[in-house]
Amino acid sequence: MKYICLGYIDSNAFASAPEAEQQAMMDSCCAYDDQLRANGHFKGGEALQPPNTAMTLRYTNGRVVVTDGPFAETREQLGGIMILEARDLNHAVELISKHPGATFGPWEIRPAADLSEMVRQSEARRRKAGNP
Amino acid sequence: MSEQSAVEIHSHVDTVFRAESGRILATLIRLLGGFDLAEDAMYDAFNAALQRWPVEGLPANPRAWLISTARFKAIDAIRRRARINASQDHIAAMLHGDEPASAREDDELPDDRLKLIFTCCHPALAPEARAALTLREVCGLTTEEIARAFLTSAPTIAQRIVRAKAKIRDEHIPYLVPSGAELPERIASVLAVVYLLFNEGYAASSGPSLTRAELSAEAIRLGRVLLELQPDPEVIGLVALMLLHESRRAARVSADGELVLLEQQDRSTWNDAFIREGIALVERALSTRRFGPYTLQAAIAAVHAEAPIPEVTDWRQICALYAALLAMQPSPIIELNRAAAVAMHEGPAAGLPLIDALFTRGELRDYHLAHSARADLFRRLGRRDEARAAYEQARALAKSGPEIRFLEKRLRELG
Repeated sequence: MKYICLGYIDSNAFASAPEAEQQAMMDSCCAYDDQLRANGHFKGGEALQPPNTAMTLRYTNGRVVVTDGPFAETREQLGGIMILEARDLNHAVELISKHPGATFGPWEIRPAADLSEMVRQSEARRRKAGNP
Repeated sequence: MSEQSAVEIHSHVDTVFRAESGRILATLIRLLGGFDLAEDAMYDAFNAALQRWPVEGLPANPRAWLISTARFKAIDAIRRRARINASQDHIAAMLHGDEPASAREDDELPDDRLKLIFTCCHPALAPEARAALTLREVCGLTTEEIARAFLTSAPTIAQRIVRAKAKIRDEHIPYLVPSGAELPERIASVLAVVYLLFNEGYAASSGPSLTRAELSAEAIRLGRVLLELQPDPEVIGLVALMLLHESRRAARVSADGELVLLEQQDRSTWNDAFIREGIALVERALSTRRFGPYTLQAAIAAVHAEAPIPEVTDWRQICALYAALLAMQPSPIIELNRAAAVAMHEGPAAGLPLIDALFTRGELRDYHLAHSARADLFRRLGRRDEARAAYEQARALAKSGPEIRFLEKRLRELG
């Protein structure tokens, strides 16, 4: 089963840590990611640039409005996402609890939703409408 | 690899997981010395199977393949960790030392799984955690499947399991089959978990019935494992009891989802194979003369199972079995059941004072089945007003849909 794991991090705290500590953290995270990869658990993932590089887009009164950054004012911000292959929720918890990143901020673990049936129904509707 | 064969291998690996993960985990705990390490290594091995079996073909002995792969995965993981954390060096050295695993070492020892069951059902763990942990670690169910079976959310079950495993680790709950004076109490704890699982699955009153039936099947499977490893009289008795109840599953709910009482069940739909096996086990347990409450309850179920129609039920024998059960395990519920049996054997007038005595003592006044049993005796005695009042009390206390509908039907019949 696929789980989407959202890793949060206090980027200010990370940026202000001594360089040796930053490197040690990077090394331990990369080494663990390699281990996950080698065992078929790592199905993809990306680190994110800091929240001040982000834009938010939403429809307001039928028009697109874009603003700077995410709205969350919390200290811990989304720092990266990982798609994890695990047998069940406890297995996903077990795998992430060993991730060195977990000592720097919380992780949110969510099962991927299987929308294949909804997609199939949508395809059927669009075919029927002759508008694929 | 074609998509079809990938799907087939996936489903085959899943089947192997359900059938073998408990044994593999138990063996790995012995070989590696820890729950978490063993479990991680096992998952890695199953993942390796998903990647390699489609290419290399199925191994002749999947379990041995998985155990030896898991062993190497564990050594690999410890080496990697040792590189990061020097304090792990000694563990790596220790594992490295006996790396070439002989075929003999990888064999399952019969005690392995029993140790795992005793650990998962340890009295130090919260009762609701014992059931979840047993289902996941011994029966190979996923967190999500357990949550569906218990009609709760996956994060709730996941937390119970995480806490229970932390407790096993932190309080050094040992992996061993208890012995001596401790054994009977620990077996009782294991049997209580198995019976709880069975009853969760047998209460057809709520939830999607399919998942619930699977829970009963898992309880029976677990019971059979215990029967093979630790054939104590009460283990035999509990397996018999579960089989005899399970034999009536199809008959106890009607096509439109209504509860059908034993008396009204279509006995031709009872499962003969389960009944035969259950009765043989009851006889085996009784012959030990060291049986307990599970065996006596199974014996009562066996007497019912032996009656092709309700009219030929041997109520005299059932009354005697209830009296023995009550002597062994005093309980108001058993007294109530005995009252109902006495009413069948000697007539409703004989059962009524037994229920009234319970109420006088303040027992079971809030228990809907006590009121409905009492109502039934009034009905059979033709005392309609008292029957109606008692059915109404029962209806006010009943919670499940089928039970409420059953009581309302009885009230309508009284007119």
